[in-house]
Amino acid sequence: MRYAMAIDTKKCVGCSDCVVACQTENDVPVGYCRDWVVEVTDGTYPQLEIEIRSERCNHCENAPCVRSCPTGASHYEAGGIVTVTENKCIGCGACIVSCPYDARYSHPEGYVDKCTFCLHRIQKGQQPACVEVCPTKCMYFGDLDDPNSDVSKMLKKRKFKTLIPEAGTKPHVYYLI
Amino acid sequence: MSGSRRDFIKISSLSAAGLLFGGHYVQSAMQAKKIADLGSTLRTPTVCEVCFWQCAGWVYKNDEGKIKKITGNDEDPNCNGRLCPRGTGGVGMYYDEDRLKTPLLRVKGSDGKQTFKEVSWDEAFDFIAEKLQKIKKEHGPECTALFTHGSGGHYWGDLIKAFGSNNIAAPSYAQCRGPREVAFLATFGEGLNSPEPLDIRDTRCLVLIGSHLGENMHNGQVQEMSDAIDNGAAIITVDPRFSTVASKSKYWLPVKPATDIALLLSWIREIINNDWYDKDYIEKYAYGFDELKNYVQPYTPEWAYGITTIKPHLIRESAREMANAAPAVIIHPGRHVTWYGDDTQRLRAVAILNALLGSWGRKGGFYVPEKMSLPEYPHPPFPKPTRTWRDAMNGKYKLADLALASGVCDATIPSPDLDCNIKGWIVNGTNLIMTLPDQKKTIEAINNLDLLVVVDTMPMEITGYADVVLPECTYLERWDDLRVAQGRNPGIALRMPVAEPMYNTKPAYWMAKEVSKRLGLEEYFAWDTFEEKLEWQLKQVGSSLEEMKRIGVKNLPRQYSDMFFAPGEEVEFYTNTGKIELYSTALEAEGFDPFPVYTPHAEPPSGYYHLNYGRAPMHTFSRTANNPNLTDLMDENTVWVNPKVAKEWGLKKGEPVYLQNQDGVVSDFPVKVRVTERIRFDSVYIVHGFGHNDKKLKRAYGKGASDSQLITRVLMDPVMGGTGMRGNFVTFRFNKESEVQS
Repeated sequence: MRYAMAIDTKKCVGCSDCVVACQTENDVPVGYCRDWVVEVTDGTYPQLEIEIRSERCNHCENAPCVRSCPTGASHYEAGGIVTVTENKCIGCGACIVSCPYDARYSHPEGYVDKCTFCLHRIQKGQQPACVEVCPTKCMYFGDLDDPNSDVSKMLKKRKFKTLIPEAGTKPHVYYLI
Repeated sequence: MSGSRRDFIKISSLSAAGLLFGGHYVQSAMQAKKIADLGSTLRTPTVCEVCFWQCAGWVYKNDEGKIKKITGNDEDPNCNGRLCPRGTGGVGMYYDEDRLKTPLLRVKGSDGKQTFKEVSWDEAFDFIAEKLQKIKKEHGPECTALFTHGSGGHYWGDLIKAFGSNNIAAPSYAQCRGPREVAFLATFGEGLNSPEPLDIRDTRCLVLIGSHLGENMHNGQVQEMSDAIDNGAAIITVDPRFSTVASKSKYWLPVKPATDIALLLSWIREIINNDWYDKDYIEKYAYGFDELKNYVQPYTPEWAYGITTIKPHLIRESAREMANAAPAVIIHPGRHVTWYGDDTQRLRAVAILNALLGSWGRKGGFYVPEKMSLPEYPHPPFPKPTRTWRDAMNGKYKLADLALASGVCDATIPSPDLDCNIKGWIVNGTNLIMTLPDQKKTIEAINNLDLLVVVDTMPMEITGYADVVLPECTYLERWDDLRVAQGRNPGIALRMPVAEPMYNTKPAYWMAKEVSKRLGLEEYFAWDTFEEKLEWQLKQVGSSLEEMKRIGVKNLPRQYSDMFFAPGEEVEFYTNTGKIELYSTALEAEGFDPFPVYTPHAEPPSGYYHLNYGRAPMHTFSRTANNPNLTDLMDENTVWVNPKVAKEWGLKKGEPVYLQNQDGVVSDFPVKVRVTERIRFDSVYIVHGFGHNDKKLKRAYGKGASDSQLITRVLMDPVMGGTGMRGNFVTFRFNKESEVQS
């Protein structure tokens, strides 16, 4: 089982609903976020393109954060989900520095926090909060090992990319382009 | 005239309470370490009130009983289980520590200084009732008016109707969608209302003219647009700005501002002259085709190119794209359409184009909506007012089908032409200072009032001018009328309180009922509790409160007709001719052009730029600018400037500048420059709703520039009194005091 997400940049309107839904689902304090929206404009007037991406932890197969964590707080869960065990985290920040995607933040309570793919929800058979709320339905979540999962189907059908592939992290968030 | 000058009061009496509750939200979020297992038993149905789309959802509390999150109701056709960021962030409206907390009364100290005094509800209501009776005695009950947005409008509306006035105005008409309603009424005999009956999910071609869907989060429409993209529909976007949806479009036509009618006339000519229109449909349903064909002959794509700057081949290709998709094509009627004062005519051109392509009443075009008819709780008939809001318009704007907020505001300023000057306003849930154009005029009107009652949840600018401020609890803390929305199916949705009202806040229905008692009008509010009223209404339609608490949303089968016209079906349109009026007999009868006419509009002077404004998906008007969750996503606006313009002025990315308009009005606050290729060189763009100048809105105060403040030139729509707001030009100032550089 390898959990992954595919996000359709052609449908995303950058509304940031995923960000608020994550905040309210996961008690992320106002002023912090586990996911965010990036908008990249290319070209000159009037030949223009915009790519809009909802970004978050890539749940890398080869995660630098897990390697750099001195206490083992950052670890892989079943399905390859990268999470932080709060009470094992000493807040040293090594993982924050090592992450090429800037996906982690220091929670005001002293531990490092990040996207969990809403592990508590997927364990109950639900979708991550961001996927479930998205008004454009531009996010797909599922198991890469299951050819019938939404994410596998989208990756078969569409062109896609990952972010900073040259870092060798093998990200599990794919962007449909 | 008798009213004393009103000093703007910054609700100073609230500061102590504000401090007490500061940081409340962050704390509560942090305390709940463990993610609570929120089972379905804990959820309470609601209908969102962060915007007007009124999505139905579920509110969840955590183990400690704190409101935690809001999600969409899967059965709700307005949201299909997915709220937009504002709906999801509705929790921030509840937890906002800057909320109004207790009733306030304007008092004058011995030093002459006006302040707000915290008063009891009884004191507030007694004051209001006394003032209303005085206005009734001295001027007549029709000299009162209600300005409203949102659920509370119904209760206050019933109150002033019972009192003897029908001056009930919503800025959502004359400042927003009014011209569209009148244009579609004139053409198809029906307005569009809300949510617009657009079959976007099945369309093959969606044409957006100045409508930036996705940035305006009209939830159901954004969702269906996404479905249409999945289905391979073509989108054509006409906008001076490369909007988000422009980036998803097959054609982006960066039209020169204020020239849309020229483009539309040219499209109409292309469709007709190439025989791309729906001949059977037009022959069967339409009136005035031959006249239209003759009328548009001069409007070639080459002619339109000279006006709109859109190249002729693009006009031809995009017209062909629409024709290929017809009748599954939607020339989107937009929503905020009060731009240049010829808006009814522009929307007429939109309606005509839809008619030619046969999209009205067709799959992938416009569907025939149905709405549940819900009986009113029994009450005596309302008295007939001796004068109506129409009399206050002095014979103008006869085609307006609803009261004009701007017109009622104007009728408050004493004038020799009017024998009825409005003396009392109740303002419910609308920040008129930022909603109506020409702030100076609004404040002049307010200064002529004997009574201004403001009902709101937040200390919006308008509260600073009030005699009495009534703090309403948020939608999460109250019952309200059932939502009865039009749609593919008729249906209802329930909003009920999730928590006790915080502070000393109350629901609007309770306030209106309390005032009614003091005016001897309580028979219009004959229910004891609101639940009793809802239960009675639900019983009439075969449901119950118990059922609605459980399901939140109830959809019913269609009762009257199919969603689309059957082939060859006889259809009677509610126009003078009973047909779709390409040629408008209604407009002609009132002395207006029966076909849309392109009129050149003023162009910006050298060194000035068209001031265009619009929406951001995480904000609603100016009302969410202090919401902690939504401010977290966007806490200020920026002014979009083309790189060529930036170079000319030496503007750098992120540099704060003041904007000054053609009338010398300078923005209260500076706004940061966003240098971007995404805008024409003759325009700038800012998101509406920022630049709040009330310090009590702690997060919003001084953040960005207010377009409302800079909209001092109003282009009136002679047909229906809409206030065109896109005729303003701005230039840059590097500090507030300096002279204009150009």
